[in-house]
Amino acid sequence: MSTNKVIHALYNDDDVLMDAVKTVKEANHHIEEVFTPFPVHGLDKLLGLPHTRLAICAFLYGLTGLAFAIWMTNYMMIDNWPQDIGGKPSFSWIVNMPAFVPIMFELTVFFAAHLMVITFYMRSRLWPFKEAENPDPRTTDDIFLMEIPVHNNEEELTALLNTTNAVEIKVIEKH
Amino acid sequence: MSSHYEAPIREPLVLGEKSYHDITMDIVKPIEGKANKNWYIAFTIALIAFLWGVGCILYTIGTGIGVWGLNKNIGWAWDITNFVWWVGIGHAGTLISAVLLLFRQKWRMAINRSAEAMTIFAVFQAGLFPLIHMGRPWNGYWVLPIPNQFGSLWVNFNSPLLWDVFAISTYLSVSLVFWWTGLLPDFAMIRDRAVKPFQKKIYALLSFGWSGRAKDWQRFEEVSLVLAGLATPLVLSVHTIVSMDFATSINPGWHSTIFPPYFVAGAIFSGFAMVQTLLGIMRKVSNLESYITRLHVEYMNIVIMVTGGIVAVAYASEFFIAWYTGSPYENYTYMSIGAATGPYGWAFWSLILFNIAIPQLLWIQKVRRSFIMSFIISIAINIGMWFERFDIIAIVLSKGHLPSTWTRFEPTFVDVGVFVGTIGFFFVLFLLYARTFPVIAQAEVKTIMKSSGEHYKQLRDGKNEH
Repeated sequence: MSTNKVIHALYNDDDVLMDAVKTVKEANHHIEEVFTPFPVHGLDKLLGLPHTRLAICAFLYGLTGLAFAIWMTNYMMIDNWPQDIGGKPSFSWIVNMPAFVPIMFELTVFFAAHLMVITFYMRSRLWPFKEAENPDPRTTDDIFLMEIPVHNNEEELTALLNTTNAVEIKVIEKH
Repeated sequence: MSSHYEAPIREPLVLGEKSYHDITMDIVKPIEGKANKNWYIAFTIALIAFLWGVGCILYTIGTGIGVWGLNKNIGWAWDITNFVWWVGIGHAGTLISAVLLLFRQKWRMAINRSAEAMTIFAVFQAGLFPLIHMGRPWNGYWVLPIPNQFGSLWVNFNSPLLWDVFAISTYLSVSLVFWWTGLLPDFAMIRDRAVKPFQKKIYALLSFGWSGRAKDWQRFEEVSLVLAGLATPLVLSVHTIVSMDFATSINPGWHSTIFPPYFVAGAIFSGFAMVQTLLGIMRKVSNLESYITRLHVEYMNIVIMVTGGIVAVAYASEFFIAWYTGSPYENYTYMSIGAATGPYGWAFWSLILFNIAIPQLLWIQKVRRSFIMSFIISIAINIGMWFERFDIIAIVLSKGHLPSTWTRFEPTFVDVGVFVGTIGFFFVLFLLYARTFPVIAQAEVKTIMKSSGEHYKQLRDGKNEH
């Protein structure tokens, strides 16, 4: 038997899908992937997906932005050209700091937001000419699809999935 | 079903017996169908207004700022009024998509997409004014701190106008990625349905290959939440920074510490009014009555009442403080006896009428649940909030410290033409958007179907009785 066979079980309801995932998990089968048209809350926990670390990334990116803003304002306004513009003190960064707060804030947000989104696009492999990889076009409309790899246990798996109210069960040879 | 419990006291947010597929069908209908005659009429009018505006802008740049009605004492009038007005309009979009997300408001889901589109198109219009009101717009790039051949001559980070550059560009770009990321699953839905090869190609390109894996959704929701957390202080800071264009000056009437929160409240006030105006039309022409319901209109009106109340309190305190300071210069500020009785009295009273008096009608439940009344009031607020910015800018500048500088401002046809042009441009973009983009975030609406859909609510209530 080839090992690149998978079963696609299709569901038309998120609650039914959740029950099916539970059933398959309890029978100790590995679920390769679940494609859903919208976020099904609790699905990631049920599948045992680790929590995403994107928020931590965003925090670090924000710190980078803040540091960049502090460096930039200090370099341009205090180090490079310490001029008197309208009586604003330019002796040290801290004496003119209040005027730099808006820039510091905006750059923190700018770095945090954009670098996090770029990280997300790279981690989830999303970009303009990327080919979509959902196996059934209906999974972006109203069909929920669970993909389970087959390891010489096709009948057993199909029988199990038949008990989960799937609307369609397909065995597919993955290339 | 029990996991989708919602208190029976809550009114449904999605009307009718909708399945997930019905939502898909309702949202793709305007995209897969053909535009009707009314759309072409509206688009043509908007396009003509836009082209007229382009003509006025080219005339201004070619001839000089002198073609506007500005004079040497009133150096800012329609340009910055329109700038602040457009930025303010944009704020409701971010408020709906970010602040209401943080507060877990389910009713935002039917309106957030259009509100964000409105934000982006409004910020485009706003962004034009800082450029075209420059005397030498071709040197506009000098506002950026780029290393250069003038011994590396930098910008001055003390100026709120430079903060504006950072604020507006951050705001526009962050709003854009927030909006786009939310669009990916919806573009993917259209891509997977498309039958025409060209359409399929376009939506495949736009959807970035979104496939809707469990992990993708987990990250998607995290990104949305963090972006909402970033966009909320951003939206407050942007209009704060815009308000500092005035508040950090020494002009009586501008130099006021109340400006930052008050401008932000005004921005949300006017922005929601614009959302109300646009969605009032959109729900009809795009057949979205099941999603943008009377309840949504009422909720938006309640936000308008709250922010309108904040704005009214700010007017009152400005008026009080102008008198309370005892400074004679404050007698001619935009909120003072001098303004109420002076040559700009009509502008002062328009502000009071459109921004304070008319919105109070929303206290009456019948009015705030009425589509037509909400529409009329929202237009009144849009006019009123334009007057607010005009009053703050022009009335204050018309009577400064020296009586020998007292003057008046009369707009020329170019001032008006540029403003009309931005309205045209806005509607050109919005009309194109309404025909090519999924105007409701289907992936989000589908998540609330079981808790807030009318049909599911009825089923649940029926079950509870037995």
